[in-house]
Amino acid sequence: MTGAPLLQVRGVSRHFDLRNGLERLYKPAARSLVRAVDNVSFDVWRAETFGIIGESGCGKSTLGRTVLRLQDPDAGSIVFDGTDITRLGRRALLPFRRRMQIVFQDPYASLNPRRTVEDIVGQPLRVHGVGRAAGRQAAVTAMLERVGLPAESLQRYPHQFSGGQRQRIAIARALVLQPELVVCDEAISALDVSVQAQVLQLLRQLQRDLGLTYLFISHNLAVVGHFCDRVAVMYLGQTVEVGATRLLLAEPRHPYTRALLSAVPQMRRADRRPRTLLTGDLPSATRPPAGCKFHTRCPAAMDVCRTTPPALATLGDGRQIACHLHPG
Amino acid sequence: MSAGRDGPILSVRGLRTEFPTTRGRVVAVDGIDLDVMPAECLGVVGESGSGKSVTFLSMLGMVRLPGRVSGEVRFDGRDLLGMGARELRELRGRELAITFQDAQMALNPSLSIGSQILETLAAHGPAGSRRLFGRDPGQVGRAIEMLTRVGIPAAAERLRDYPHQFSGGMRQRAMIAIALVCNPRLLIADEPTSALDVTVQAQVLDLIAKMRRELGMSVVLIAHDLGVVAEHCDRIAVMYAGQIVELGPAEAVIEAPRHPYTQGLIASAPWLSDLTRELRPMPGSVPNLIDMPEGCHFAPRCPFRSDACLRPVAMRTAADGRQVRCIRPEAVA
Repeated sequence: MTGAPLLQVRGVSRHFDLRNGLERLYKPAARSLVRAVDNVSFDVWRAETFGIIGESGCGKSTLGRTVLRLQDPDAGSIVFDGTDITRLGRRALLPFRRRMQIVFQDPYASLNPRRTVEDIVGQPLRVHGVGRAAGRQAAVTAMLERVGLPAESLQRYPHQFSGGQRQRIAIARALVLQPELVVCDEAISALDVSVQAQVLQLLRQLQRDLGLTYLFISHNLAVVGHFCDRVAVMYLGQTVEVGATRLLLAEPRHPYTRALLSAVPQMRRADRRPRTLLTGDLPSATRPPAGCKFHTRCPAAMDVCRTTPPALATLGDGRQIACHLHPG
Repeated sequence: MSAGRDGPILSVRGLRTEFPTTRGRVVAVDGIDLDVMPAECLGVVGESGSGKSVTFLSMLGMVRLPGRVSGEVRFDGRDLLGMGARELRELRGRELAITFQDAQMALNPSLSIGSQILETLAAHGPAGSRRLFGRDPGQVGRAIEMLTRVGIPAAAERLRDYPHQFSGGMRQRAMIAIALVCNPRLLIADEPTSALDVTVQAQVLDLIAKMRRELGMSVVLIAHDLGVVAEHCDRIAVMYAGQIVELGPAEAVIEAPRHPYTQGLIASAPWLSDLTRELRPMPGSVPNLIDMPEGCHFAPRCPFRSDACLRPVAMRTAADGRQVRCIRPEAVA
């Protein structure tokens, strides 16, 4: 890894105010504020696959959308290829939008049912005014071929395709502008197991051919383990452990990463280990626990965890961890 | 009357469920044979549309017209398909219970959790309990006990809560409490954890295993995650396009699958325990139920297909008892 990272995320926060207009007049903000993403920092290097893993409500999707400026961060900065894009206006942001795209989870909801595949995949080209009509059609046809869809798909509608094929259409739409960074937000989670592997293989092939960088958001540890070079584990809006995937999954250090891994069902008897079951549910996001946010469910919680939030420390093996057990 | 002590508690032969549609007849369940033994946990895996849920809804008389169910389903020797509606209703909830994937949809949003448990007790409890609904301290105590057993803290207070006041994991637990309150002999758990996060999934699956031990009941665990059934079941039935394609002991099916579909499913699933293992995707996708291939339903995606696969393939039993729906000799060797 040489040079500067393609994406630098520094202390990014994104909060949501749950009060409606009237409630804002009389309700205090403190108890209605969801800190969906809370002071998150990481780097993504060119041509790498960076995974973000966590359970529902941990803020991983919000983080992905904030990185692309689909939502504006409340604090922190996002640097894309050396340029700080955190405060760029609409017009100034446009050239950067071309270079970063997203694939959503639900291939049924993310494609307009009344548009043909040619329209859907060609839309980004029209929005960004790339080429003329004939050139655009050629680009769309070439991209469909690349994602493994037949040329006669052009004039068809989304409902004529299976879930896996629809996700290929969504991938073609994301890639038609030849972006450098692609955010995959649970991009294979809605697909059947036998089709998931097909789409993963396609994503990897495209990465090799086009030099893509992926920000791969998922709740599935096994998929992230297979697909990502590095991974960040999120809990209640914060990263608790960041490092090389192999290292993190083979020797998890944070009690939450450990619990998450031990909860995954294993197919082979030989791989099964005694479980460290987490008790209770995720605390309410509007009233997160004081100190370390995980201390209410942590099997190793100490007194200091209840009062002082742990800082992200770097260990000797290069991983970053936010835990009082591992002060670095 | 009742089957012998060693006989199966549930025995299914030639179960078939069809739905007429404007585009033709859909055969959702196409000749299912299976037995569930007392105190056994049987896993049923398959992708969406494989018919795993419809199979069990058909057995319980929960498929509505114009759906048609035929075949033979015996629960403890009694014929379920020939049973009248009232008789069946007596059985369901008392001896046979089912839980669904989406607890939010399965629970009544305008009744408290407590009254939904009491309702089940009143409908199936001893005579006169219907009249006492909610006022019998014994029944209220039983409801609290049940909620406590499924791991709801401060159960006595939570009895008055409504489903929206529970988290997803707690709703699934409450539904399990409702299903188990009459000590059923068979629980059908239809994708109990597919909507839950992995740490909550582990809690709920452990709960089902604990209740199975305590009550000595049989469990049918329907899931699409191979890891879930591998970990919790004694035997596994793999379904594809309305049929069982492989049935055998859980460990044997996972570690030495014989049907090409089971093999493909395992080869395409990522394993956390072996990250360097290369994923081999299965080509194609699940066939449309309306124009199902004439012969083996898996033939269009099968790497071993031959002309002989174009004729219907029967289930065959290997010397070790494994059942496989495949004509290749090595499948039942």
